[in-house]
Amino acid sequence: MKRDIISSAIGIIVLTLLCGIVYPLVVEGVSQVAFPGNANGQQVHVNGKLVGSKIIGQNFGTEVIGKNGKPEMQSGAPVTNPDPRYFQTRPSATVPADNDAATTFSNLGPNSKATLAEISSNIQAYIALNGKYYPGGLTAAKIPVDAANSSASGVDPDISVANADIQAYRIAAVRNLPMSQVHDLISKYTHGRGVGFAGEPGVDVLELNLALDQATKTTS
Amino acid sequence: MTVLGWLTIVLFIVVLTVLAMPLGRYMAAVYAGERTFLDPLFNTPERLLHRIIRVDPHRGQDWKAYAKSLIIFSLAGWLVLYFILRTQTLWDFTGLNPMHYHSGTWDVTFNTASSFMTNTNWQYYSGETTMSYFSQMAGLTVQNFLSAGVGIVVAVALIRGIIGRTGREIGNFWFDLIRTVLWVLTPISFVVAIVLVWQGSIDNFSHYLSFNGISGLPNTIAMGPVASQEAIKELGTNGGGFFNTNSAHPFENPSGFSNFIEMLDVLIIPAALVFMYGRMTGNRRQGYAIYATMAIMFLGAASVAYIAEAHGTPAQHAAGLHTQVIANSSGGNLEGKDQRFGIASSALFDTVTTVTSCGAVNSAIESFTGIGGAVPMANLSASEVIFGGVGTGLYSILLYVLLAVFIGGLMVGRTPEYLGKKIEAKEIKLVAIGLLITPLTALFCTSLATASAAGRASISTAAGIAPQGFSETFYAYLSQANNNGSAFAGYSGYIQPTAGNIGAHGIKFADILGGFDMMFARYAPILFALAVAGALAGKRVSPPGLGTMRTDNTTFVVLLIGVIILVGALTFFPALLLGPIVQGLTPHLY
Repeated sequence: MKRDIISSAIGIIVLTLLCGIVYPLVVEGVSQVAFPGNANGQQVHVNGKLVGSKIIGQNFGTEVIGKNGKPEMQSGAPVTNPDPRYFQTRPSATVPADNDAATTFSNLGPNSKATLAEISSNIQAYIALNGKYYPGGLTAAKIPVDAANSSASGVDPDISVANADIQAYRIAAVRNLPMSQVHDLISKYTHGRGVGFAGEPGVDVLELNLALDQATKTTS
Repeated sequence: MTVLGWLTIVLFIVVLTVLAMPLGRYMAAVYAGERTFLDPLFNTPERLLHRIIRVDPHRGQDWKAYAKSLIIFSLAGWLVLYFILRTQTLWDFTGLNPMHYHSGTWDVTFNTASSFMTNTNWQYYSGETTMSYFSQMAGLTVQNFLSAGVGIVVAVALIRGIIGRTGREIGNFWFDLIRTVLWVLTPISFVVAIVLVWQGSIDNFSHYLSFNGISGLPNTIAMGPVASQEAIKELGTNGGGFFNTNSAHPFENPSGFSNFIEMLDVLIIPAALVFMYGRMTGNRRQGYAIYATMAIMFLGAASVAYIAEAHGTPAQHAAGLHTQVIANSSGGNLEGKDQRFGIASSALFDTVTTVTSCGAVNSAIESFTGIGGAVPMANLSASEVIFGGVGTGLYSILLYVLLAVFIGGLMVGRTPEYLGKKIEAKEIKLVAIGLLITPLTALFCTSLATASAAGRASISTAAGIAPQGFSETFYAYLSQANNNGSAFAGYSGYIQPTAGNIGAHGIKFADILGGFDMMFARYAPILFALAVAGALAGKRVSPPGLGTMRTDNTTFVVLLIGVIILVGALTFFPALLLGPIVQGLTPHLY
């Protein structure tokens, strides 16, 4: 008994040093040397200013200013409207949307009325944003699921190509760019599946939006 | 459903098998103390550790001594972890608390410490808003290693009992534990961590990044030593995410490929242990039979989950969405799933982590379809024997094997024997109690939590007092009893108004009941497994005769699957009916 207590007391301290200090420090050191960009979160800078991480989705919207001149608030977060000039990321359950500092699932069940309400409001918002640009108009049946369902991480950096293709009509009209150029950019920032089969292709929205800003700047 | 989706599932099991076989051979050598290629690296640290910890690795222990060392060591781990989490601000001098988070409250910390000690990694807290980097590393990562090690050594000890030829000794706890940490867990974790960083996981000690995005909105991005913890979190089948959204978070699981690697990382040791078992018993076919049993049940579970998720949910259909695969869109139930994983890789991931005791998720289980969500529950109902947790899976299925041998013996009317050892009344009593503890604990806690207002307080408002609310509760205590840690994550045990633990409070009922749920359902079965090892170790081996029932052929595999399903179904079917099956069978919205 006494032997076990002594060994356990020393053992837990020594193993804490080994597994809790030495191991993480070695991994950190090797990562910082071998893949510094990745290890620090693939930060993207524009004109020297940090604007995001390539693999963290963000809310490409603008704050809604209320009648009193202050941003409108709803459940502790500012209300935002999607900025029509930018491709929009997927619906997010975090507060505010796409908040990487406090990620969460929507946790909405398959048979719940709350889920139906959430999906319906996402569909309405999507149609309100894109419907008038899409030839023939949009209905729920034409909307790809990723545009109507909340992501898991709340900061999904990607959208499906089908989703991007629908938004492309709006982007081309608002930015006055030829459709072909928007499509070229979409395919440029579409990543394939892992080793050709694992997962799904996706369009990285931040990279695509930055490229759009670049394209608009050079044409105007 | 797509061809590539099915291909992912098939390729996964093939790659897993190809990798697990050599690892099983290697691990057999590690625990026998034979030569391995990593000896030059680890022999000296091993000797040094034995000297510092003051143990004689060659002194054999009987099952009681082995259990005593294991329990006392676990208790020491619990105390250190509880201390670190409760004194989070004390460690600010290390510079590893850049966000200056305060310490957690005692109730939620009780739950968290119990959770990580028992390899459960149930999380009422959310990583990026409560934990300092120091707590994540020196507290949680350490228990990710050690609780995994404890699980593995119990399996090794039970195998020694089964094959033991003389006496009562089943090995030495310290020798086994240190070998597990050095020869098995550390090297694989290191390699996987670096692969994850290569794919895009982060690993740094920076302050969170705050900036304005390109449309002008303020953003904050969390940072931290993620990859190192992610690798051992999967390898040790722990599953406690660095971030709240676990392996769905792009920094934990950045790509379709990293997702595949993480799934392999979860199952590699549980699978390798089965092959190791075949080698240690000197009859590899015994290992193949158990592997076949596990693989068949695993493929069944993964297929059902994939088909169900590809179908979509009643809520989606009521909203008018079309959920079939169309050009450039995965279709299916994408609520709570990230685009880069899609349907197949999400369904497969959550199957992988719920057949094992891992419990990491890359998609929200609560948002799975009724039948898709029943798959994780059914996996948990099988008491983690479909590969299972590191160590726990093998020792649990060996208990089932003994039970199957016993039932088979009754059916043909012969004395049941396993590997030449007679299975008698004493062993079968230990096996039966050992197997029933976990289900009974889970059901007891579920009924307590559903029947009391204090328990129902944890149910999320969106789920409500409806089938989904029952599923949340049942899943919570089932997951904690099985030391899994995945969740219908709407179920809460910690209320936090702002990041950093200030003004936060735990929901005591859920925290404390869950803590005891995990500890009891972890250590009681371990004691029974070690007792079985002790009982078998001293038995003489009789040579196989004509009447001996074979335990390495197809008939036995079928019998074993039958026994596992029978026990799981008998104990859990009523509860499963009340929750996910009701939801899966009706399009009704609640």
